[in-house]
Amino acid sequence: MRTILHVDLNNFYASVECLYRPELRNLPVAVAGDPENRHGIILAKNMIAKKLGVKTGEALWEAKLKAPGLVTMSPDFAKYLRFSRLARKIYYDYTDQVEPFGIDECWLDVTGSMHIFGDGKTIADAIRQRVKEELGVSVSIGVSFNKIFAKLGSDMKKPDATTLIPYEGFKEIVWPLPVEDLLYVGKSTSKKLHNFGLTTIGRLAQVDVNVLTNNLGKWGEVLWLFANGLDTAPVRKIDEHTAVKSIGNGTTCPRDLVNNEDVRLVFTVLAESVAARLRDYGLKCTGVQIYLRDNLLYSCTRQGQLKSPSYLSTEIIAKAVELLAANYSWQRPLRSIGVRAIGLVTEKGNIQLSLFDNIDEERERQESLVHTIDSIRSRFGHGSLLRASCLLDSRLTAFNPKEDHVIHPVSFFK
Amino acid sequence: MPRINLTVNVRHEISGNAIPTSIVWEDGRVFEIDKILDMRKAASLKAGGLGIRYICRICGKTVVLFNDDGLWFMER
Repeated sequence: MRTILHVDLNNFYASVECLYRPELRNLPVAVAGDPENRHGIILAKNMIAKKLGVKTGEALWEAKLKAPGLVTMSPDFAKYLRFSRLARKIYYDYTDQVEPFGIDECWLDVTGSMHIFGDGKTIADAIRQRVKEELGVSVSIGVSFNKIFAKLGSDMKKPDATTLIPYEGFKEIVWPLPVEDLLYVGKSTSKKLHNFGLTTIGRLAQVDVNVLTNNLGKWGEVLWLFANGLDTAPVRKIDEHTAVKSIGNGTTCPRDLVNNEDVRLVFTVLAESVAARLRDYGLKCTGVQIYLRDNLLYSCTRQGQLKSPSYLSTEIIAKAVELLAANYSWQRPLRSIGVRAIGLVTEKGNIQLSLFDNIDEERERQESLVHTIDSIRSRFGHGSLLRASCLLDSRLTAFNPKEDHVIHPVSFFK
Repeated sequence: MPRINLTVNVRHEISGNAIPTSIVWEDGRVFEIDKILDMRKAASLKAGGLGIRYICRICGKTVVLFNDDGLWFMER
């Protein structure tokens, strides 16, 4: 039986801001994006704001209705990353198996170090105490025998608490909980499960697994295993990088996009970042996917193949624009768009050469050009070399997705 | 603000430890640190910040200094 801890930094962004601004500690505080650029949603809030009903993800004006005295601050991701790193350093004192899940959560497998530091609860309490003293923020920790229940445990008591879900007796603790508490039961899955009368984790666990697979596909079985405590996923060490499946960037624009030219400008910035990230990983993509969301928040994705694997932004932009032209007829202006490189292959892999076009020489020239651009940018900064089209509408293009957005969402299934 | 940013004279030892030897007060007076009573990583809830905390004795008084990545400050 393993012993796994899930450590969750409580109200992370807001706690960090409150630590640096002691005078705000007794006021409702929220960290929010910039409403001027239409990123004005709540990213995190402190306990006082939470009690007033402020929710993560809601618009700033909604939150201000609930909490009139709400103090809002813009996020400082560099600071949060530093805290995240410092917290992880503390975890490494107890085990080398630390798997981050986002910026503020980590799984720790302490099975091998229990004979040194004591049982799971002792280690959890020690970590809680140290984080509080050394970083001035609180964590809640779930201790269990698999990753899913450890995460469930850390969500049960907040803030600054340890929750045990031992193998003996997990049924009494976990099974009465609503099925939505389980990782990966979102809005639509929970709706389906509720239709079968599966409202609690216990009911999900006791139903015949075939009923679930017939109705939910392979996800049904996965959720059934989760509910029965049969998840066997290991806690990965941080350097066990798993293969990247796709690389994408997206943005919500400061104003609605109204024509293909607007979209091309934003696609240019996004594709430049995607292409640069592909080159960093030594990968090429064989396909491009675009993501469109209009001003009523309806969204769709479309994808297409490239003629040959590429990490050139020009080719990615061309494909993205082609997909847009073929699939969107401007019923409504667009609010958010994204570009994703899919079907990744290694840069040095063999490719099918074309018998008729002599594009390969030109391609080589292009590739060495982008590498030169990369090295200029790494020496003198991203802004030192930009496409001229970025000057057409600087409000739309004044962002750098590669370096500004350092926090990427992660998946449990790597 | 209960936080005072300070100029601090520091001795860097072979072990990598940074030991503050004296502080320069706001009016320019220099105070020797007589003794360091405690040295550990900690957050300052009072002054707002974190780093390595030095509890020092200066002229018979206990003073709490913080080294936040090279930025030194004192809790009032």
